[in-house]
Amino acid sequence: MHDTTAAHHFHAEKNKTVGRFFEHNKRSVFYVALILLFAAFPLTGSSYWIDLGVNIGFYTLLALSLNVILGQAGIFNMGHMAFYGVGAYVTAILNTVWHWPVFWTMPLAGCAAGLFAAIVARPIIHLRGDYLLIVTIGIVEIVRIALLNDIGGLTGGSNGIFGISRPVLFGFKIVKPIHFYYLVWGMVAVSYLLFYMMRRSRFGRALNYIKTDDVAAEGCGIDVAHYKLLAFVLGATWAGMTGSIYAAKMTTIAPESFNFMESCIIFAVVILGGGSQLGVLISALLFIGLPEIFRQFNDFRMLLFGLAMMLMMIWRPQGILPMRPRLYAVSKKLFSGAKESTSKGQEKIA
Amino acid sequence: MPLLKVDHMTKNFGGLVAVDDLSFNVEPNSIVGLIGPNGAGKTTVFNCITGNYTPEAGSITFDGQSIKGLRPHKIVELGIARTFQSIRLFSDLPSIENVLAGRHCRMKAGMLSCLFHAPSQKKEEEASVERCMEELAFVGLAHHWQDPAGSLSYGNQRLLEIARALASDPKLLILDEPAGGMNEQETKALVDTILAIRKRNITILLIEHDMRLVMKICEKLLVLEHGSLIAKGEPSSVRNDPAVIEAYLGSDANKW
Amino acid sequence: MEQFLQQLLNGIAVGGIYALVALGYTMVYGVLKLINFAHGDLFTIGAYLGLTLLVSAGIAGALPLFAAILLVFIMVALFVALIGFLLERTAYRPLRSAGRLSAVVSALGASIFFQNAIMLIYEPRVYVFPDFLRPTFTISLFGFTFPGIRLFIVGVSILLMLLLWAFIQKTRVGTAIQAVAIDQDAARLVGINVNKIISLVFLIGPGLGGIAGLMVGLYYGQIDFTMGWGYGLKAFIAAILGGIGNIPGAMLGGFLLGIIEALAAGYISMAWKDAIAFFVLIVILIVRPTGILGERTAEKL
Repeated sequence: MHDTTAAHHFHAEKNKTVGRFFEHNKRSVFYVALILLFAAFPLTGSSYWIDLGVNIGFYTLLALSLNVILGQAGIFNMGHMAFYGVGAYVTAILNTVWHWPVFWTMPLAGCAAGLFAAIVARPIIHLRGDYLLIVTIGIVEIVRIALLNDIGGLTGGSNGIFGISRPVLFGFKIVKPIHFYYLVWGMVAVSYLLFYMMRRSRFGRALNYIKTDDVAAEGCGIDVAHYKLLAFVLGATWAGMTGSIYAAKMTTIAPESFNFMESCIIFAVVILGGGSQLGVLISALLFIGLPEIFRQFNDFRMLLFGLAMMLMMIWRPQGILPMRPRLYAVSKKLFSGAKESTSKGQEKIA
Repeated sequence: MPLLKVDHMTKNFGGLVAVDDLSFNVEPNSIVGLIGPNGAGKTTVFNCITGNYTPEAGSITFDGQSIKGLRPHKIVELGIARTFQSIRLFSDLPSIENVLAGRHCRMKAGMLSCLFHAPSQKKEEEASVERCMEELAFVGLAHHWQDPAGSLSYGNQRLLEIARALASDPKLLILDEPAGGMNEQETKALVDTILAIRKRNITILLIEHDMRLVMKICEKLLVLEHGSLIAKGEPSSVRNDPAVIEAYLGSDANKW
Repeated sequence: MEQFLQQLLNGIAVGGIYALVALGYTMVYGVLKLINFAHGDLFTIGAYLGLTLLVSAGIAGALPLFAAILLVFIMVALFVALIGFLLERTAYRPLRSAGRLSAVVSALGASIFFQNAIMLIYEPRVYVFPDFLRPTFTISLFGFTFPGIRLFIVGVSILLMLLLWAFIQKTRVGTAIQAVAIDQDAARLVGINVNKIISLVFLIGPGLGGIAGLMVGLYYGQIDFTMGWGYGLKAFIAAILGGIGNIPGAMLGGFLLGIIEALAAGYISMAWKDAIAFFVLIVILIVRPTGILGERTAEKL
């Protein structure tokens, strides 16, 4: 009788695994359709819509990079715009002063933002959540004020920097909104994939443990401070690279684009997303896209935005799509071993 | 040479002395029980060894190396794994992922190879999942591999914590009330599991209130009261020690 | 010396305003462990409402100036308290069990909502308090002359804080607030109506914040709909400086931050004034994360 229960368990597991395999394929179909949809979008729309698409793309990239810090590692960072700004200004300065091509400055912009994040986060990363929240707000404010005060005579004060040149990719000059659309959403796709792979690795798991219970994570042998810092630096680096493209798209940047309010919006987009990347994507489309579409109600736009944030949280406090537990592939051989031990365990109890 | 050597260790909380000039050794391949009335400072001793607290005075030597003041993850890396008195599993995550947390410190993939899923990372990941399944099977939870840890019964959660600790290849396993909340049958199974762990050449140090379990499996007992050692030795001699009886009288005396 | 004293008094006046706003943050944080991001906007509402009542509603013309200002202070406090109460009921209470981040996002949403509501009701422009509303008398002390408005603000804020302090320390309800801040479940067990206490905190905090908003209007003479962000952030820093959740800490932190800022603006650089508050915050958090008066507690395992 014991054997039949164990066998029943085993079959149930097998069926579940088969079911999940199908589900997995369904997911691939979904993502292919999604990619096609995004790729086809500019073919139908006017340049206004494409511009809007680019804008949402920037926010999505920022939200995905903040999701590594906030959604995966659970670090309350409300100053993400600081790293975006550092990246944008590094590109702007290198490009306008030393005439570096934009794409060459991009890795440097990312590294600068990452390095800046490492330096400022090192002494504070161990702080409690709320404190971290206010310190990161402090960082974004200090960066903005520093840019306003024209540090080193390089940032141009409140006027910012203008005349940033367009990026050139393999001899192809990226000028039109539609070019930027594919560039930015291409980066979204790459980031999405990389962060997805990261989630399914030792690194991503470590972040998840830390978010759930950092004392237990440390007690299991995970270097909590190290991984928190890594996540912070990785997210900031990504934001810096995004800033680099933003500078090239706008050709003019000013300190006010990188303020605390924008940081709050990105923060809210990530929380509303619920932690999963798909959730963050949907959340960015909804919360950045919809208000732009309703521009004719310009006056009421932000009022409704605030109201929507409250209502969303009351309606669905866990966010649009919370992270689902990862499915692990386990070989059959192991399962037969498991079956044995199960029946053994039952014998023990009996 | 003892595997773990605690020497004149003192830990204060504000004005309260929780552990007072405590010294003891744990020999390799033994099962040592740390007992004493509630509030005697047993868990504080554990937390000092595992690096959650730093003692004010004294030394802790593990495997010939001083571990005092090291951070907890470093101590796990050196070979001391623990379970918590109040179960601290990642309750929303599947059991297998909980065990993988313990395996983390033996894996090597860096951030970039995790981002790009380098071939070495994939291989390591597969091997680790397999190893963690083995640990799950070892404690008899293999069929629960995909179930969220929080959905397991209380006794099984304790076993899952043990599997998580074992996955880090410890030399010394520290169990804080492993039988707490278990029924009689589960406790019996736990005894078998602990003995099986010892067969793997893993030394065990445990806190436990279930005296039958302690008397059955421990080769050596340390009795703590008000942060100091009042007796140590074989279970049979400790149980007849007048100081121990005195300490337990009125509170837990009937448990003997 | 004259300049130093003037800067110092200026710092104490601004500090008193920070302290009043910080009290709202710290009390709410104490009972709910929530950073009420909308608190700064309640403060803005206080400033706008005060101006409307004094000028548009004509209270300033109908009564002697001091009586009018006093009456409007009371009305503003009551009205903003009511908004705070409604805010907690609608935006925070449904999220009580949902985790702290959800409530933070709801608070951010509320803040954006209020800010835009003020902008829509009034216009997106700077409002000026007419000169006749602003006391211009001066007071001579120790051979120096100080603007009366500064002393007035210092006096009012200290008076309010003493009243609050007495209320928290000497009354049963005050003790209940402290109990809820320490342990909600335990407070419930001994028969305290936790919901009522939380509502009360959301009356007191915003009430004080509204008064502070009106004081800023009277002091600087001009207000705009975004001013809540800046003052809110500063006040929150003040609350952390003193030790968040700690009522005397918020008062101390407010005055301290005001003085540091005024002296830094006077002697170091005006342009970096707003950054200095954050520098101070970061240094404090690194050196003493629990704030000046906050207590260090051993982490439970």
